[in-house]
Amino acid sequence: MTQLALVIDLNVCVGCHACVTSCKQWNTSGSAGSMTDQRPYDKDPTGTFFNRVQSFEVGEFPSAEMMHFPKSCLHCEDAPCVPVCPTGASYKREEDGIVLVDYDKCIGCKYCSWACPYGAREFDEVEKVMKKCTLCVDRVYNMNLPESERKPACVISCPTSARIFGDVHDPDSDASVAIRESGGYALMPEWGTQPANHYLPRRKNKRHIHEDELVRVDNPLKKEGESQTDQGGPFLEDVTSW
Amino acid sequence: MHPAFSVIFLTTLIGAGQGLFLALFFSQVSVVTNLIPQQDSHFYAVGSLISVLFLVVGLFASFFHLGHPERAWRSAAMWRTSWLSREVIVLPMFTLTVIIYGALHYFGFHKNLVGANPVSDVTFIVGAIGAVLCFALFICTGMIYACLKFLQEWHTVLTPINFTLLGMASGYMLVTPLANFSVPGNLNYYADTAIILTFIAFIFRVASLVRNRRLKPKSTLQSAIGVRHSNIQQKAQGAMGGSFNTREFFHGKSAVFVKNVKWIFLVLTFPLPALLVVIGLVSDLSYFFYMAFILQYIGLLAERWFFFAQANHPQNLYYQTI
Amino acid sequence: MSDKTAVIENEQIEVKKTTCYMCACRCGIRVTLRNGEIRYIEGNPEHPLNKGVLCAKGSSGIMKQYSPARLTKPLKRKEGSDRGAAEFEEISWEEAFSMMEERLKHLRATDPKKFALFTGRDQMQALTGMFAKQFGTPNYAAHGGFCSVNMAAGMIYTIGGSFWEFGGPDLDRSKLFIMFGTAEDHHSNPLKIELSKFKRDGGRFISVNPVRTGYSAIADQWVPIKPGTDGALILALIHEIIKQGLYDREFLVQYSNAAQLVNDDDKQDEFGLFVRTDVDEDIGVVHPQDQLWWDRKTNKAVRTHTKTADPFLLGDFVLDDGTAVKPAFQLLVDRVKDYTPEWASNITGIPADTIIELAHEMGVVARDDTIELPIAWTDAWGNDHEAITGNPVSFHAMRGLAAHSNGFQTIRALSILMSILGTIDRPGGFRHKAPFPRPIPPCAKTPNGPQGVKPNSPLGGMPLGWPADPNDLFVDDKGEPVRIDKAFSWEYPLSVHGMMHNVITNAWRGDPYPIDTLLIFMANMAWNSSMNTVSVREMLNDKHEDGEYKIPFIIVCDAFQSEMVAFADLVLPDTTYLERHDVMSMLDRPISEFDGPVDSVRIPVLPPTGECKPFQEVIIELGARLGLPAFTNEDGTRKYRDYPDFVVNHETEKGSGIGFLAGWRGKSGEKFLQGEPNPNQWEMYEKNNCVFHYEMPKSYQYMRNWNKGYLLWAQKHHMTRYTDPINIHIYSEVLQKFRLSAQGKYPGKQPPDRLRKRIETYFDPLPFYYEPLEGQLTDKHKYPLNAITQRPMAMYHSWDSQNAWLRPIHAHNYLYMSPKLGVEGGFNDGDWVWVESMHGKVRCMCRFSETVEPGTVWTWNAIGKAAGAWNLTAEANESKKGFLLNHLISEELPKMDEGDHISNSDPITGQAGWYDVRVKVYKAGPDEEKVTSPQFSVMNPVPGEGVRKSVLRYFAGLGGGSKGLFKGNKK
Ligand SMILES: Nc1nc2c(c(=O)[nH]1)N[C@H]1C(S)=C(S)[C@@H](COP(=O)(O)OP(=O)(O)OC[C@H]3O[C@@H](n4cnc5c(=O)[nH]c(N)nc54)[C@H](O)[C@@H]3O)O[C@H]1N2
Ligand SMILES: Nc1nc2c(c(=O)[nH]1)N[C@H]1C(S)=C(S)[C@@H](COP(=O)(O)OP(=O)(O)OC[C@H]3O[C@@H](n4cnc5c(=O)[nH]c(N)nc54)[C@H](O)[C@@H]3O)O[C@H]1N2
Ligand code: SF4
Ligand code: SF4
Ligand code: SF4
Ligand code: SF4
Ligand code: SF4
Ligand SMILES: [Mo]
Repeated sequence: MTQLALVIDLNVCVGCHACVTSCKQWNTSGSAGSMTDQRPYDKDPTGTFFNRVQSFEVGEFPSAEMMHFPKSCLHCEDAPCVPVCPTGASYKREEDGIVLVDYDKCIGCKYCSWACPYGAREFDEVEKVMKKCTLCVDRVYNMNLPESERKPACVISCPTSARIFGDVHDPDSDASVAIRESGGYALMPEWGTQPANHYLPRRKNKRHIHEDELVRVDNPLKKEGESQTDQGGPFLEDVTSW
Repeated sequence: MHPAFSVIFLTTLIGAGQGLFLALFFSQVSVVTNLIPQQDSHFYAVGSLISVLFLVVGLFASFFHLGHPERAWRSAAMWRTSWLSREVIVLPMFTLTVIIYGALHYFGFHKNLVGANPVSDVTFIVGAIGAVLCFALFICTGMIYACLKFLQEWHTVLTPINFTLLGMASGYMLVTPLANFSVPGNLNYYADTAIILTFIAFIFRVASLVRNRRLKPKSTLQSAIGVRHSNIQQKAQGAMGGSFNTREFFHGKSAVFVKNVKWIFLVLTFPLPALLVVIGLVSDLSYFFYMAFILQYIGLLAERWFFFAQANHPQNLYYQTI
Repeated sequence: MSDKTAVIENEQIEVKKTTCYMCACRCGIRVTLRNGEIRYIEGNPEHPLNKGVLCAKGSSGIMKQYSPARLTKPLKRKEGSDRGAAEFEEISWEEAFSMMEERLKHLRATDPKKFALFTGRDQMQALTGMFAKQFGTPNYAAHGGFCSVNMAAGMIYTIGGSFWEFGGPDLDRSKLFIMFGTAEDHHSNPLKIELSKFKRDGGRFISVNPVRTGYSAIADQWVPIKPGTDGALILALIHEIIKQGLYDREFLVQYSNAAQLVNDDDKQDEFGLFVRTDVDEDIGVVHPQDQLWWDRKTNKAVRTHTKTADPFLLGDFVLDDGTAVKPAFQLLVDRVKDYTPEWASNITGIPADTIIELAHEMGVVARDDTIELPIAWTDAWGNDHEAITGNPVSFHAMRGLAAHSNGFQTIRALSILMSILGTIDRPGGFRHKAPFPRPIPPCAKTPNGPQGVKPNSPLGGMPLGWPADPNDLFVDDKGEPVRIDKAFSWEYPLSVHGMMHNVITNAWRGDPYPIDTLLIFMANMAWNSSMNTVSVREMLNDKHEDGEYKIPFIIVCDAFQSEMVAFADLVLPDTTYLERHDVMSMLDRPISEFDGPVDSVRIPVLPPTGECKPFQEVIIELGARLGLPAFTNEDGTRKYRDYPDFVVNHETEKGSGIGFLAGWRGKSGEKFLQGEPNPNQWEMYEKNNCVFHYEMPKSYQYMRNWNKGYLLWAQKHHMTRYTDPINIHIYSEVLQKFRLSAQGKYPGKQPPDRLRKRIETYFDPLPFYYEPLEGQLTDKHKYPLNAITQRPMAMYHSWDSQNAWLRPIHAHNYLYMSPKLGVEGGFNDGDWVWVESMHGKVRCMCRFSETVEPGTVWTWNAIGKAAGAWNLTAEANESKKGFLLNHLISEELPKMDEGDHISNSDPITGQAGWYDVRVKVYKAGPDEEKVTSPQFSVMNPVPGEGVRKSVLRYFAGLGGGSKGLFKGNKK
């Protein structure tokens, strides 16, 4: 069975929000659209977005980290938002594991959003139906698009390619390889929701300079007649002759 | 969670309606078992009518919660998995049963199906079915909340128990003035039960408060974003004007306010109405019975508000700082 | 819902390619239209710059195109209404043109410098600069004049190229990458693409920045630094690298002036200049290779690059004539002697150990992880090399270094650090982008006196240029400025991009002279590109006693209802980037890649909205009406039909074969860079993703400063005039000439006495560290903190608040600071605070942060807006909770010996000292209003603006775009 998902590499995500607005523009005029904006030019603008980028600070100065954290629906394998839906508007597709909402069936009771521990669903306050990331189902199967572009809008746009799209049940997919080899993890594993989306942690490259690397026969200072490091005395030979 | 008034009214109103029905049916049981004297059929009919009124108004309130009430019929579809769907099925079934129950009483359609056995009285059988549905409804309503395992404040057997007990207590509170009016002879039976149920409900509600106070959130910011560090602080959530997530899952009130609501509901729902009933019994002033129900109902509104407000949704971990 | 389904079923889809302009990065885009409305904008996968990716702004182009803040009609200030009140009446374009024509004709015939043209975040310097020159006014500058001239000047005067839009780090090959003071920069998407690849390839990324966000967030190491102190850090790094002998000696000897002998006899007028010998063979015109080395084999002075010679880098020597000389490198060593890591630690707040480790890591990686590419090449002295080698340590820096008044010397220091590591135009290091490298300094010059400005004639030089010595300054007999912004004067001699931040103040004061007409294009100078904004807004509206405005006529060409628009007498509504032709020309700042020149175009994907007219068309029309030679035929008739026609047919000189576009020149597009006009040039660009990309042969792609093949190639294609090698100026003789001048030792122009000391101090031929001027003049006990701004990735300057999809991300801004400040000041996270500098104060909300150096406070730039501007309601977060830091920054320093109105700028380049301001922060009173201060009276929408909807449900093809938007305004 296929389970499509995103793997988000926090190691390279710079928090640029490209995935946020590219998602918005693809989907607002797509099969999941429109995506309402309320008070777009007024106090406290708000609207429906399928994907948001948040920022967290970790630790204290001077070793503090800034973590940019994009989040959309995680397309949980055991999606708690689906069984609670009284109408069946929320469903998980057999064929690829994408969790979707059928707007025509949704009564807007918001119950599914309560059942999502991740806050991944957003109720459209104007259209009065529940919305969420569709994993760009109208892109990934869109035969009008060349195959290389049959990927979610956010994946295509992400400048750091921090978003890897693929089948996490296929052990050879880019997504699975990334999870396996770069320490991919799930959010809030304690609830057993088995999110299909995974996150890759920060990884630090370090380099240790050995002291002897500073000493070289071809040190250019020698050429200029300068000894590289004048150690100063006294030395053993100054005090004994064995 | 953000307490929605539609849901607060729905649950409290149908709770009282259900409780009232149970009071009626159990009184019939008591009559049958000769615990109390026979009662006027109209008492059952009027009681059922009031119960139905509460149920219908509650149902009506619930529509305000729906984005698309015109599609509400669809919500019966998923009874296999969804407690909400189950509630949606049981609620009208129950309401219908209460209507039938009331009508049978009203028209005096007392027909024993098996000999002279009063238990086989049509009204009794319909009442029994109603009682089963009624408890089922309590369970459905309670389970809507209790089944959400990451809403730890709700995810306990105490939730359906409390819905049941509070509904029953308010139902008996509601039936007391009615009894005072139409079956004054049995007044003490109802009033005493109301006080006892209120007391039991109090115990269980306090038990859930104590339980919730001891809860340790299973999800932490660490597990939410998958970073192991004791000091993580959100700096932005990418939506400075707020979002559905900041509106739906936060009560938006201060901690003091929430605490005050807790004390208000603890006083209004339990000791005060019980006291008023006692005063009513002692002073023989029906006015106190009405007051007892009204205050308890207001208390229940506060209780339900608090029930929602107190529930800390793990999604809030992601929405702490604008 | 069903109408949407119908639209989808019957959709008419068109896909057009053009270039994004939600920022200056200029990514290639594909715009999909459904029934004539924008369905989707995506990155063009075939574009060399962004390779298909798109940023948050680029993805929000729809909301820019259909923004209700768009101007759609030419407007005239209502008779009797004040500037700033934004009361306008619609006029026709004809009326607008005749107003301008009449006024400008008169100015051109009498005193052309009374017309000033300043442009902001545009990419049209090729056209606007040419227009100014043709008009004959010296008063022209583009956005470089308030941006990052230190970056350009500091590096170009040192290595002949620069970061910014002229070159960058070769992250593809690099192993260690150190980024100084960059938040977003112009190369936005490419840098992100490369950074992520670099990290994934195992590269190590170090960020030096007082703040850790964005790029710095993913750095392997964050080095928090006190603002304005990078010079100290870099000098200490140089100190340690030299001390350990980790510099690339061969590189320095061959490719820099490090081994060249400097006159060390302070009695001589030539003190500090390179000693020279007579040259027998002439290998170059401008830069004769007549300097000397001290050869260790013969123990004699020899001409540089003598094949058999092996020069000393260190030591002191005496020439035959008794002149004491030292190799430039020795002077550098002398200079950095006291710049120890411990010394720098005290200034920068970085532990000395960290500085030492950084130096060692840079040095060892550069030395040991060398790259060798099997590419044979020949250097300018005729030596053949079998391979291109490189030291894979790269750097990047932007305004964090540039926007300080000590930035020029800091950036010189950085260039020298890069040079001693041997990383200039080599794989894994810094790489140039065409048309760079240029000679040091580049050859373009301004007139060098008032005689360059004459009625009815083009300017006698370029409005902006590159002084090579004091005699190139654009000053009058008394040594006083000719330009309104005082650029190229003794106050800021190397202000090669002009000084936009002083234009309004100077014009208002009439110092050095009053002007008549100020034309502002694409610059929001009543808001975020002016310092001291409250006063500047008053100046714009200030009148003489006779009731005449101090700046008599202001024309603003903008696309949106910006704060600047409110102060215009005449408003010209521009098109958006999706509605016009544009060129990213080799004559301006093209989008070249390391491997060769690249330029690109925009081709309209939508018709202009309302009566919007591209500013380019305005220029062409005005040029024709004013009879400017380049825009008219010999008989005075109009030469070009429109801008596209101009672009194709205009040549810099008759028959030069050089025009605005480099690609597909020649009759049938067979030539590039130079060639006759090609009538089908636009079509060819269109067919090729709107880009022309010439990939040079591999052997021309590196070491271009000294690469004979490349230099000849560049000359052949008229990219550069000379083929002389461009040696790195470790030691800057140009600066020394100014210093000598100040000491009365250099022939020709002399600084006014009040400025001698200043010139002598700052024009040091070797980098040195000094505290930014504002800091020197501030009581730091009173104002202990540094205040800086950063670019948010999802907003471009002030212009994206009209964008419905970007607003929610940055609706208002906070002042970020260490929680320590709250503890000291008795306030909490989120509280309202005052932040005060010696120039002004602002009330705002604070936000505690651990990712900021504790002596620094910062905020996102230009999020705060004036109430009502950008067609936002008066209640919008931007004006109620948002604030502008500019109110705290002054365009002028406190009165001092050098003058009463010295600009708050780098004394060498005139770089605006945006990040020098010192502040204090304290809690706002409990009874104070919970809104930001200052507040301004609400700006009303202007005629022709769109309807501000309270709910948007954009769905392409339903007519909700421009048609829906402007419906309400149709009469
Ligand atoms: N999204 C977006 N992109 C833009 C722009 C925009 O407005 N929005 N503007 C464009 C323009 S015009 C420009 S000029 C570029 C500018 O691009 P950047 O140079 O990246 O712009 P700034 O945001 O000014 O970044 C300055 C950085 O330097 C740091 N800094 C400040 N002072 C110091 C210091 O003394 N030392 C060090 N080491 N760091 C310091 C700040 O914390 C900040 O991170 O961006 C361009 N790109
Ligand atoms: N405090 C502080 N101030 C700063 C800086 C800082 O870092 N800190 N950075 C400085 C720097 S580096 C720069 S470059 C300046 C930038 O300053 P500006 O050049 O003033 O930049 P913007 O605010 O983007 O204003 C550009 C104007 O162009 C308009 N515009 C947008 N698109 C179009 C178009 O297609 N046509 C026309 N005609 N107009 C258009 C916008 O509406 C806006 O009014 O700001 C400077 N100001
Ligand atoms: S587009 Fe990519 S880099 Fe940008 S915020 Fe989203 S995931 Fe991060
Ligand atoms: S993230 Fe939330 S909405 Fe998405 S599948 Fe999981 S539970 Fe459902
Ligand atoms: S809001 Fe819609 S999708 Fe969600 S549970 Fe209710 S009916 Fe289902
Ligand atoms: S997969 Fe598609 S719908 Fe989901 S966040 Fe990405 S762009 Fe949005
Ligand atoms: S970086 Fe973004 S806004 Fe700038 S040109 Fe590229 S896509 Fe457009
Ligand atoms: Mo800039």
